[in-house]
Amino acid sequence: MIKSGFFERNLKYLFPLPALIFVLLLMVFPVLYTLFISFTNWSLTSGRPMEIVGFASYLKVLKDPRFRDAIGRTFYFTIGAVVVEAVLGTVIALILNREFRGKNGLKLLLLLPLVATPVAVGIVFNLFYDPTIGFLNYVLSALGLPQSGWVTASKTVLPSLMLVDIWQWTPMISLIVLAGLAGLSSEPYESAKVDGASSVQIFFNITLPMIMPTILTAIILRAVDALKTYDIIYAMTQGGPGYSSETLNLLAYKVSFEYFSMGQASAILVFLFIIVLVFSLGVMSARKKFEL
Amino acid sequence: MKQPLLHKIAFVVLILLIVIPMIFPFIWMIMSSFKTQVDIISWPPKFIFTPTLRNFNKVFNEQNFLRYLKNSIIVGVGSGVISLLLGLPAAYSIARFNQRRLSVMILVARLMPGISFLMPWYIVFSRLRLMDSYTALILSHILISLPVVVWVMSSYFESVPTEMEESAMVDGATMQRAFVSIILPLSVPGIVTSTTLSFIFSWNNFMFSQVLSMEKTKTLPIAVYNFMSYAEVDWGGVMAAAVAIMLPAIILTMIFQKYVVKGLTMGAVKG
Repeated sequence: MIKSGFFERNLKYLFPLPALIFVLLLMVFPVLYTLFISFTNWSLTSGRPMEIVGFASYLKVLKDPRFRDAIGRTFYFTIGAVVVEAVLGTVIALILNREFRGKNGLKLLLLLPLVATPVAVGIVFNLFYDPTIGFLNYVLSALGLPQSGWVTASKTVLPSLMLVDIWQWTPMISLIVLAGLAGLSSEPYESAKVDGASSVQIFFNITLPMIMPTILTAIILRAVDALKTYDIIYAMTQGGPGYSSETLNLLAYKVSFEYFSMGQASAILVFLFIIVLVFSLGVMSARKKFEL
Repeated sequence: MKQPLLHKIAFVVLILLIVIPMIFPFIWMIMSSFKTQVDIISWPPKFIFTPTLRNFNKVFNEQNFLRYLKNSIIVGVGSGVISLLLGLPAAYSIARFNQRRLSVMILVARLMPGISFLMPWYIVFSRLRLMDSYTALILSHILISLPVVVWVMSSYFESVPTEMEESAMVDGATMQRAFVSIILPLSVPGIVTSTTLSFIFSWNNFMFSQVLSMEKTKTLPIAVYNFMSYAEVDWGGVMAAAVAIMLPAIILTMIFQKYVVKGLTMGAVKG
């Protein structure tokens, strides 16, 4: 029998303790603090003393069309980008799901957009998108098409930003789906071949249903990150022109660190929490449901 | 199996359709970093030009780039090491004692947008006179790397059979001893995965340093961004800076390709 000391008996609690303290100090406390500030009218620029104002900041935020537009844009950006990424990423994975020379090199290329620094990616695309010297307008005019303002026009700015997100993150979906495809058992395929099923039938009746849970998880992971997109938008447009690419994240940043209206910024952050929390709960229950 | 020639050609075309749009931005960035401003703004865009090293010279000699590089490394390594110290035992206890609440909390850290912590941090760090300090920046970057470590390592530890430490404990080792001398050495691939990924994420992070640091602790992404916000954009210089910031992450990825893929696809594919 081994004599166990205090440390062994409480290992279960001691091992996670440092991480737990970090989480409490740098995550839980800030969230509670934000919640408190959201009920005040605190502003770093006005100079007046902080007062508890109840839900006034929330009402002000809700009435602000800028906030409502930002919510709409955030969902438009997220859904638009992720849907394209999911379809394109899955198609690419299906194309690559065979043995060929140079496959490993190609998989390395798939990784490059994922690890590229978003700010730098944004800047490179700004050069592409530049209305007067940009490569894309050159391509359009060479094809005889009208040129576009890309990120400098309020109509095209969001789709242009979505295109950058699609460029950067489609490979992520491809890699996940490829890993999923590699793990499929070959049995159903063999029996389908024996039964003389066509490749189209095999795809829709065997591959797609088996790979669907993986695709869904990839979509969810991607959507959570797309909802938080900040670097690329800030680097490329800072939310402009006007407010036309201002998503919730950008708005929260500006109200916090450009206007220093801490009360309102906190109210926006609380709304952001709620959106992400609802989304996360959805994620977790979906994971349970599909047993992912 | 012999494929008909037509199929082969079609496949190559498909691959090119995937590869070219994917790598073209990188190629254009690299080409532009060797162009003069005149060549960059010329219309139609030039594919053939006389390369110049002026842009890289400027980035490394005039722009304090090396200092920002040093800052990025300090913050990336510092937050990575602390995240391992905090995260490895936490991940182990999640894997062995099934501590769901802790793993959910870490998952929330992974899901929450950074801006939601940044505003309160800004207030607290200013009060503590920690603005523009490595302490504040490293603490903030732990929020990026800790979830990666816990996420990757808890599923890694689950794949290590419990008999490993049980047999060690029968031989008289304590559990923490077994963890350090048996489990950790077996988990090197997982540690490489999580360290590489968390370093790359920290390296690429823009928002935290944008708010928490000024001249002294500014990291590379901010420096690259600031490069662009001059009145007239020096495109060659900006592209050289973009190349310089992407290169280390890309080299790391090439070295640890297998691990990076595993880390990025983990959790989506049950394994």
